[in-house]
Amino acid sequence: MSAVMVAKKVTRKWEKLPGKNTFCCDGRVMMARQKGVFYLTLFLIIGTCSLFFAFECPYLAVHLSPAIPVFAIVLFFFVMAMLLRTSFSDPGVLPRAQPDEAMYIEMEIEAANGNVPSGQRPPPRIRNVQINNQIVKLKYCYTCKIFRPPRASHCGICDNCVERFDHHCPWVGNCVGKRNYRYFYLFTLSLSLLTIYIFTFDIVHVVLRSVSDGFVQTLKETPGTVLEVLVCFFTLWSVVGLTGFHTYLVLLNQTTNEDIKGSWSGKNRVQNPYSHRNIVKNCCEVLCGPVYPSVLDRRGLMAELSSSPVMISNAKNYIPDLQTTKTTAPLIPNEQTPEEAKPPLQYRTEEATEPKQSPTVQELPAVDIPPASLTDTAPAKEQVF
Amino acid sequence: MGRGWVRCRWGWMTDHIQKFHNLQELRRSASLATKVFIQRDYSDGTVCQFQTKFPAELDSRIERQLFEDTVKTLNGFYAEAEKIGGQSYLEGCLACTTAYIIFLCMETRYEKVLKKISRYIQEQNEKIYAPRGLLITDPIERGMRVIEISIFEDRGSSGSTSSSSSTSSSSGR
Repeated sequence: MSAVMVAKKVTRKWEKLPGKNTFCCDGRVMMARQKGVFYLTLFLIIGTCSLFFAFECPYLAVHLSPAIPVFAIVLFFFVMAMLLRTSFSDPGVLPRAQPDEAMYIEMEIEAANGNVPSGQRPPPRIRNVQINNQIVKLKYCYTCKIFRPPRASHCGICDNCVERFDHHCPWVGNCVGKRNYRYFYLFTLSLSLLTIYIFTFDIVHVVLRSVSDGFVQTLKETPGTVLEVLVCFFTLWSVVGLTGFHTYLVLLNQTTNEDIKGSWSGKNRVQNPYSHRNIVKNCCEVLCGPVYPSVLDRRGLMAELSSSPVMISNAKNYIPDLQTTKTTAPLIPNEQTPEEAKPPLQYRTEEATEPKQSPTVQELPAVDIPPASLTDTAPAKEQVF
Repeated sequence: MGRGWVRCRWGWMTDHIQKFHNLQELRRSASLATKVFIQRDYSDGTVCQFQTKFPAELDSRIERQLFEDTVKTLNGFYAEAEKIGGQSYLEGCLACTTAYIIFLCMETRYEKVLKKISRYIQEQNEKIYAPRGLLITDPIERGMRVIEISIFEDRGSSGSTSSSSSTSSSSGR
């Protein structure tokens, strides 16, 4: 058998990820599909701040202090940074189970259920774990084929299981979960401050100017003020309220999801097992805890080979696992097995020719090209959110 | 430099070539029999820890103590990465003051520990697991949900192909 000539087309893993996310910048940015409300958020923030810098700041810088616009600029940049971080990060998506893992779990479930008489429904798929003297039920996700870790939930809009799922926020165009909750909280907090700041200085500006020019004349000279005050007034109620609510959640180490479902409401003596019973500790854990890495490896490479099925079946006996799993129908119809898509080409040619060859194996049996961000051999650190 | 250096380099090369050959031998002669998945241990909360319970499938393949040591060491690494203390606070507060832009150029502590874990798993595979026909997959490649251990059947001894002994991969669908 001659050496196989294969055409290698390199794709990144994000292109094959299941779920309803959209990706930009070659996998660096990850958002939900519907982004309309996010654009509205951007427009409102940038629009209102632009009006503030155009109409109020020149007057206030001269008549009060130049520190006012400077602080506004700093706050504006912080708000934008937090918004973009929240919107563009991976919220903590759990990758779906590989076919092997899904099958293993199925077998475990069947073994645990025993013989279910035909016609009867099998029992619900739940695992009980004890966390800090509290029984927590782990539910099985039929889409992702996994038992969800504690505090994880499946987002119907993004079609992913997300760790420490808080809620799906259309205003930021993404889910809010373990990895981006602190950015979301800081976004709402800084936006509240910015709204209050602009609102206050709008009023101050109008008052100061009215003293010299009169109220109506002031409004004629700075029409943007009216718009800003309107936007800020309505934003204040919602954003400040939201910040207050999330501050409450942070202090108790709860998620919006748990709060809505009433998981730890105190009925039947259930208490939040994740809380440290100390608001400072809770706050520190949520806001200053370690920054979790994304487990999705969006920018990892998937080397696709356009090889014929004949080669695959011949090589099946020689190559451990990879091709056998690929050629059988996966449990999840749409799922690719990205990590197993790289059959070591060297082994094929080796088996095809002579066993005496010693091919250059670069690395251990990692079944894919290692994520660029985690290996020392990567030329530059790939920054993904 | 000189002969001593040459000998040292030669030793390193032959050692590595030998290791690669071991894995080559494994791949050449073995085929995947089954996989076993070590699940997460949630008794301490959502911190990443794996169960140290010894799976029955590995009974004849590896000593219990070696397996437990591997899992306990991995658990130690993850605990170190997720430790909430002085260093994580400092990192968090510093990053917050820069609006988290500093993360674009700095490696977080968690990422550093993940690299250590990756090196540790590679070393364990080379030294302990591959010679016994086993292979550990880094949990990060499985979403930190499971430690996947692939069990290879030695084709020379079994005499039959993988399909008869495999229970997971190629069962009829």
